[in-house]
Amino acid sequence: MNSIEIRDLVLRFGKTTVLQDLDLDIEQGEFLVLLGSSGCGKSTLLNCIAGLLEVSEGQIFINGRNVTWEEPKDRGIGMVFQSYALYPQMTVKGNLSFGLKNAGASKEEIEKRIKNASQMLQIENLLQRKPAELSGGQRQRVAIGRALVRDADVFLFDEPLSNLDAKLRTELRVELKQLHKRLQNTMIYVTHDQIEAMTLADRIAIMKNGFIQQLDSPATIYNRPKNKFVAGFIGSPAMNFLEGTLDCTGEPHFVVGEAKIPLAGYEFSQNLEGKTQSSFGIRPEHIVYGEEAQKAPFNAKVTVDVFEPMGSDTQVWAHVEGQNFRFRIDGRDKIANGDEMLIGFDPACASIFHGETEERI
Amino acid sequence: MKNEPKGPRPRKAFSPGRIMLYSILVVAAIYYALPLYIMIVTSLKGMPEIRMGNIFAPPVEVTFAPWVKAWDSACTGLYCEGLKVGFWNSVKITVPSVIVSIAVASVNGYALVNWKFKGSEFFFAVLIFGSFIPYQVMLYPLVIITRELGIFGSLWAVIFVHTIFGMPLLTLIFRNYFAALPEELFKAARVDGAGFWGIYWKVLVPMATPIFVVAVILQVTGIWNDFLFGIVFAGQPNFPMTVQLNNIVNTTQGIKEYNVNMAATMLTAMVPLVIYFVSGRFFVRGIAAGAVKG
Ligand SMILES: Nc1ncnc2c1ncn2[C@@H]1O[C@H](COP(=O)(O)OP(=O)(O)OP(=O)(O)O)[C@@H](O)[C@H]1O
Ligand SMILES: [Mg+2]
Repeated sequence: MNSIEIRDLVLRFGKTTVLQDLDLDIEQGEFLVLLGSSGCGKSTLLNCIAGLLEVSEGQIFINGRNVTWEEPKDRGIGMVFQSYALYPQMTVKGNLSFGLKNAGASKEEIEKRIKNASQMLQIENLLQRKPAELSGGQRQRVAIGRALVRDADVFLFDEPLSNLDAKLRTELRVELKQLHKRLQNTMIYVTHDQIEAMTLADRIAIMKNGFIQQLDSPATIYNRPKNKFVAGFIGSPAMNFLEGTLDCTGEPHFVVGEAKIPLAGYEFSQNLEGKTQSSFGIRPEHIVYGEEAQKAPFNAKVTVDVFEPMGSDTQVWAHVEGQNFRFRIDGRDKIANGDEMLIGFDPACASIFHGETEERI
Repeated sequence: MKNEPKGPRPRKAFSPGRIMLYSILVVAAIYYALPLYIMIVTSLKGMPEIRMGNIFAPPVEVTFAPWVKAWDSACTGLYCEGLKVGFWNSVKITVPSVIVSIAVASVNGYALVNWKFKGSEFFFAVLIFGSFIPYQVMLYPLVIITRELGIFGSLWAVIFVHTIFGMPLLTLIFRNYFAALPEELFKAARVDGAGFWGIYWKVLVPMATPIFVVAVILQVTGIWNDFLFGIVFAGQPNFPMTVQLNNIVNTTQGIKEYNVNMAATMLTAMVPLVIYFVSGRFFVRGIAAGAVKG
């Protein structure tokens, strides 16, 4: 049985449609990450699942129960908000127990659950403090604790780590992953951060303008993006796109200006014949240089335009057939502007997208 | 190199601008304080001393008799029981009016922000429009309404009228205050299973002390100082302090007892003044600190 099922969900604010015919199935115990640019409707979707926004059309099921008309408290969810939304006038303990008290839990039960949750999140010694007396990371933990004590079936996280500094973020990310491993609850997690998405998710849903573009495992999304938007969205630095023509008249190959890229080893998703306008996408990290490039199925000479040393590696900006092209080299290699380099890649790791539909070919 | 800037920047003790500023402030302060000074010294003098003129002179012989008389035995119309009757009437009017109007308005504001219903914006617009209507226009209709309700000429009528007239402004300030609180706090409380009243009492009210204090000040001063509604709706035995003060000061028989009048006026003004002084410490800063990040 699916933990969450969303059927034909539509949500409108007045005349603007934010979510359009959205369908989503999430399995029991799954960690689903919603990823998408700002304003694409991630928080809105989460609010719909939580029952904080009334849906315009469609249905929502949690554990097989139709909860479309139910109050947030009856849906068996715990939610962590984008801003922590802690009750400022209550102590940490008050914050944690508020939901339980409203649900009419007994004193011993409340004590027990708070003890469990605060141990798990290491906030036991903070119970008597007010939120104003906590650091950002501690507040974050309290916010998670507030969702945790309620013993919910489903946890909803709305960018919980977005305003924390990089180090704390990494720490809490690992903690969250361990938490999920221990609890095995269904979790839906909204983020802007690709690394969070890739590391935490069982599956990632990439959203754009209220549509889910692709819903797949992180590896599939990274290696076989369904369309050009997903390909450009995932990966940092972003994928290189070479505009040209796909020629399937004989042995399939891709033509960019003068260059011909042979496509032996490329797994086609569509059967095409003849010539097609399309984009050839290749990730900067899949590009080799120097001696290795000589052995690669395709190689080209490029001139270094700009380079950005990042410590472990160096990003190089160049042009291939007059089109922008980026790749990475080892940070220890010496390089100067205007250098000539031989680069190459294996087309098997590339992604080709149709020029009009932008779908994967 | 010795005079290089280092440490706190030195400040000139008295620049010409400062001197200008302070002299204007001092003059303004004297301008406003002088009448008060005259009232106080006059109220502490006996009548013979007052008749000598010299209104600026401090009392030669300090007497509290005018204060006692104003409180206890000054004549208001036919009765000579002083202001104390009016004081208690004003208390009986002000306390319930303040409580009821603030209670209703805060719940109104809360519902308008967090539980939007169909037409809630329109409802709010009407309410705001209400605050632009001069209340003298409504006086007669309200007399009829209270008469029909059977409360005309009683304390209830005054309380009723004050509650109604407090509504637009109070609802506005509560609505704006609640609208400025983070919305996610309200959502979190809903997920936590708190209902309409649970959220109001446990989450919002504890965060709203400053605005409640503002509302109390507004209402106490407004209602305590009210004259018109008191004289129209309260009925003779329930006249508030302001109406009685007027009767004492404007009495036509006998001599004008300036000292008693001054004492009576200050007694009447005392309550709003005390409220101002006491309320300052309730304006706590950072009431919502820690609720949201950054
Ligand atoms: N109350 C509202 N009334 C009208 N439009 C709204 C309302 N709330 C959100 N929207 C619109 O809905 C769209 C989706 O908003 P949402 O908050 O879900 O975005 P998001 O994906 O969470 O973005 P972010 O990553 O910035 O948090 C936005 O275009 C926003 O302008
Ligand atoms: Mg959002």
